[in-house]
Amino acid sequence: MRTIKPELITEKVRQLCFDAAYDLSPDVENALKTAMAKEISPTGKEILRQILENAEIARKEDVPICQDTGFAVFFVEIGDQVFVEGNITDAINEGVKLGYTEGYLRKSVLKDPIRGGNSGDNTPAICHYEFVPGDKIKITHLPKGGGSENMSGIKMGKPADGAQGVIDFVVNRVSEAGPNPCPPIVVGVGIGGTFEQCAKMAKKALLRPLDVKNPDPFYAEMEETMLEKINNLGVGPQGLGGITTCIGVNILAHPRHIASFPVAINIECHAHRHKEIEI
Amino acid sequence: MAEHKISTPLTDDVLNKLEAGDTLFITGEIYTARDQAHKKLIDALDAGEKLPFDPKGQIVYYVGPSPAKPGKVIGSAGPTTSGRMDPYTPRLLDEGIRGMIGKGLRSKDVVESMKKNGAIYMAAVGGAAALISRSITAAEVIAFDDLGPEAVRRLEVKDFPVIVVIDKNGKNLYEEGRAEYKDRLNEAN
Repeated sequence: MRTIKPELITEKVRQLCFDAAYDLSPDVENALKTAMAKEISPTGKEILRQILENAEIARKEDVPICQDTGFAVFFVEIGDQVFVEGNITDAINEGVKLGYTEGYLRKSVLKDPIRGGNSGDNTPAICHYEFVPGDKIKITHLPKGGGSENMSGIKMGKPADGAQGVIDFVVNRVSEAGPNPCPPIVVGVGIGGTFEQCAKMAKKALLRPLDVKNPDPFYAEMEETMLEKINNLGVGPQGLGGITTCIGVNILAHPRHIASFPVAINIECHAHRHKEIEI
Repeated sequence: MAEHKISTPLTDDVLNKLEAGDTLFITGEIYTARDQAHKKLIDALDAGEKLPFDPKGQIVYYVGPSPAKPGKVIGSAGPTTSGRMDPYTPRLLDEGIRGMIGKGLRSKDVVESMKKNGAIYMAAVGGAAALISRSITAAEVIAFDDLGPEAVRRLEVKDFPVIVVIDKNGKNLYEEGRAEYKDRLNEAN
């Protein structure tokens, strides 16, 4: 059994907070460059150019790509042969506190949803844990901005809805969202499972890099179909018109109950920040 | 789709010539306010108090900036989603506000109030926050400091880039732009 000190987790999380906020991942940057070359709307093209210039400034000056540095979400895979000498959630929260304070990142978390009061250090983080074989811990940080998160949706559909029902639900949701989630967007889709599992899958689906295809050809094709329909909506960069509304659709599917057909969508803005580290 | 350099406060002469689709470069003072600040501004008006700034012809920018690094005037400062301010906006337009900078859809009530008051709605590029902050030359909290990123700030801006989305006649670039590029993916370069 390998042991890991919580201080090490805190330090790695602190660094992840900086990296995610300042340094746009190459998969997203490349997808935006490809989209800029293809975009037929002059305004859309210019917006994509500004978005790419913004990413360069953020990286060079160590400043946030977007002022909304998000709710700090973590997906953590814990090997079954590793032991943390302390509370892992506390260690992550300590890392968030240091990262958001020392990194001049915005503190966007209210202590109580109704009574308010800024928590002052962007804690608590939202942590999702999963146990996997091995003696490593993999931490993926996905800071989630409010504008895109607010356009999420879940539908407890009927099994008769089938694949077409899923496609229609996702495309309609994106259509309704229009300019609000800061297009071009990335779309995470969860299909199946239970209510809460489906919503979580829609978010987790966003972790797959944009240059990696869905390993299941059936869902890979479905992703292509959705992407095409979404980019034919005309919404375009920032919703001002164009053929670049979305730069990636990622699906995660899970076994379902014979009576249930849940579909969830979680939307990311073009500042799709995701960074991971293995300890 | 003209380009204009404009300064604040906005005058009717300037507002009359601006159309949805125009690119503007704004110079002068603008004021930040988002969710909780809007509620407090309306509460102040309800209590018969004055707003913390003279609203006549002014522009409100929906933003909650990230903290300024040492030596900088402000952190990253891109627009937030405007729709959340819709319930408060007509009242502020009646008080004299003539421009709003944000991103995303506005309600029917807001558009009607804009037409009535002769105001415009502008979009800054959401998520281009580091680039946008380069056109902000000074920032000062003038009200509700306790709200942190949501405090009301007076910003001095120089050639701050925005696109007019809804003009004073209600012409809407979100609707027109989308209609123009619908079903044209096959024309990709």
